[in-house]
Amino acid sequence: MESRASVAINGTVMNCRGPWVLSHLADLERQSGMLQWPDAAALVCDASRVTAMDTGGALLLQQSIETARRRGLTIDLRGLRPEFSELLQLVGTRLPRAGPGTVAPRSGWMARGDRALRRRAEAAVQALAFIGETAVAMRRAATRPRSIRWRAVVRVLEMDGVRALPITGLLTFLVGVVIAYQGAEQLRRFGTNIFIVDLVGISLLRELAPLVVAVLIAGRSGSAYAAEIGAMKVTEELDAVRTLGIPPMSLLVLPKTVALVIALPLLTFYADVVGVAGGMLIASGQLNVSVREFLDRFDEAVALRHLVIGLAKAPFFAVIIAMVGCYQGFRIRGGVDDVGRHTTLSVVQSIFLVIVFDAVCSILLNWWNL
Amino acid sequence: MVDSELQAATRAASPVIEVTHVTTRFGSAVVHDDVSLSVRRGEVFGIAGGNGCGKSTLLREIVGLLAPSAGTIRLFGVDSRRLEESDGTPLHRRFGVMFQHGALFSSLTLAENVAVPLREHTAVGPGLIRDLVAVKIAMVGLPPESAVKYPGELSGGMRRRAALARAIVMDPELLFLDEPTAGLDPVVAATFDELVLHLKNVLGLTVVMVTHDLDSLWRVADRVAVLGNGKVLGVGTMPELSRSEDPVVRAYFLGPRGRAAKEQAAWNARERGA
Repeated sequence: MESRASVAINGTVMNCRGPWVLSHLADLERQSGMLQWPDAAALVCDASRVTAMDTGGALLLQQSIETARRRGLTIDLRGLRPEFSELLQLVGTRLPRAGPGTVAPRSGWMARGDRALRRRAEAAVQALAFIGETAVAMRRAATRPRSIRWRAVVRVLEMDGVRALPITGLLTFLVGVVIAYQGAEQLRRFGTNIFIVDLVGISLLRELAPLVVAVLIAGRSGSAYAAEIGAMKVTEELDAVRTLGIPPMSLLVLPKTVALVIALPLLTFYADVVGVAGGMLIASGQLNVSVREFLDRFDEAVALRHLVIGLAKAPFFAVIIAMVGCYQGFRIRGGVDDVGRHTTLSVVQSIFLVIVFDAVCSILLNWWNL
Repeated sequence: MVDSELQAATRAASPVIEVTHVTTRFGSAVVHDDVSLSVRRGEVFGIAGGNGCGKSTLLREIVGLLAPSAGTIRLFGVDSRRLEESDGTPLHRRFGVMFQHGALFSSLTLAENVAVPLREHTAVGPGLIRDLVAVKIAMVGLPPESAVKYPGELSGGMRRRAALARAIVMDPELLFLDEPTAGLDPVVAATFDELVLHLKNVLGLTVVMVTHDLDSLWRVADRVAVLGNGKVLGVGTMPELSRSEDPVVRAYFLGPRGRAAKEQAAWNARERGA
């Protein structure tokens, strides 16, 4: 029993030996690539010492025979066991003559660019349609508040509001600490320690707390919405919902949007309190501004409008996050890899839009001297 | 030559799969209660039984995806729990599994899906891989132009065939089929049965098939095990089982559908004889 598979040409005899099976196929392929084809008119292929053969081995033998034929040699195959020659025949008849059919045609850059452009345009139209559909559903819900699924709203409030409290608190507390630390160094140099209150208060209430909360919720909940709706689409649950006469908008999009619009301002207010507390801690530790002094100064330095502006932005962020998450979820079709791609997209796009919206707000409010 | 025939004979006699005293529990639910089976080389072995009787669980245990709570399962004489260990790699090459819904990788085309085991386990060059994949795709009866399609673009029957092509691409000795004909129309299901028989004969496969499909059991299975209440209620050929005294087996094989399938099988046999 030979343990190594081999193919070699001696004179006008091609000797095939050993196990012609997949595990030896790479070796055999290399050997058959190096064969020295004779200049004779006929070649004897002695396969009597082939001990085993599977489809891979049969395919390679078939290809070697065909190569020989193309070189004008007549092949006389001898000694192949009947069960192996059956396999050889099978492979020979099954092998498609036209190879290129199995390879996807490569397209030029123009065609690729054209496809990309079309895809973008399609996505833009879909986004507009989605916004329109949501607007219609919202208007209907606004005129008939009882039609909103409050049970679902409460569930989302719990999942994405209440359960987000620990991580939001920790994060904004740390943001407060960081701002106070960075400010402390500069303020101490000018002996204006008390202004730490203005620094921490205004920056947190007006900008940082709403933004940090929005980014966190986009990553925590927006992605979950996209994945949930996408998975429902893949498993045909969405179609089931539609055929049961329930519009997916009112079942999935509206409750999430309504719940986030309620949850985000509340989370932002909570973040304001915790963040300022973080700043206060550093102020008393590093700058000798006692809690009492801090609060007194807070009352006179930080105008109410900063708090209001910060809280007013939160519902808009909420709408952006919920809509982008749901929209990306609905765009998923077919494959499992699509779920991952659109989930990522939902987070990237909602954070992008939140920051753009925030920047526009800053510019407008600056114009109006608020 | 005589020596190798003797070897082949002993190899054929030793079971390919040996399931001994397997018990499986999920929490307090007992799925298998002391199940023992053996599958011989070269046969088509069916595993039948009602919904939720642990057919698929048993299959998952045999291929080593799940460990039984007690008992041992041997594949080619090797404990199936050892499959994952490094010296177990050749074992993975010796069997192929076709999952119920195909489990094709959705980010790869059909041809790429079929080529995965070859790329992973052999050093064969890309040209030969392409040809080999084309042969397997043709063997399962798929048109060559479907090779560039993604699983999402294929119909249920085509996906099943593609999954079969991936399962046999390494020329395994043992092929597992999980519900191969479920959800296929009768015509496609029947051609799928023929395909399994054809591949079994050509490639010398041992086939283990989990199925509800009585028609397909009559048509392709050499022996069938019926599971129920966590036990093996009966093992044997279909005619033997249809004479069984066990009430569950009787209900399974001699209910209205079972009887129709039996008559169909008898009719087919007459046709073939005539």
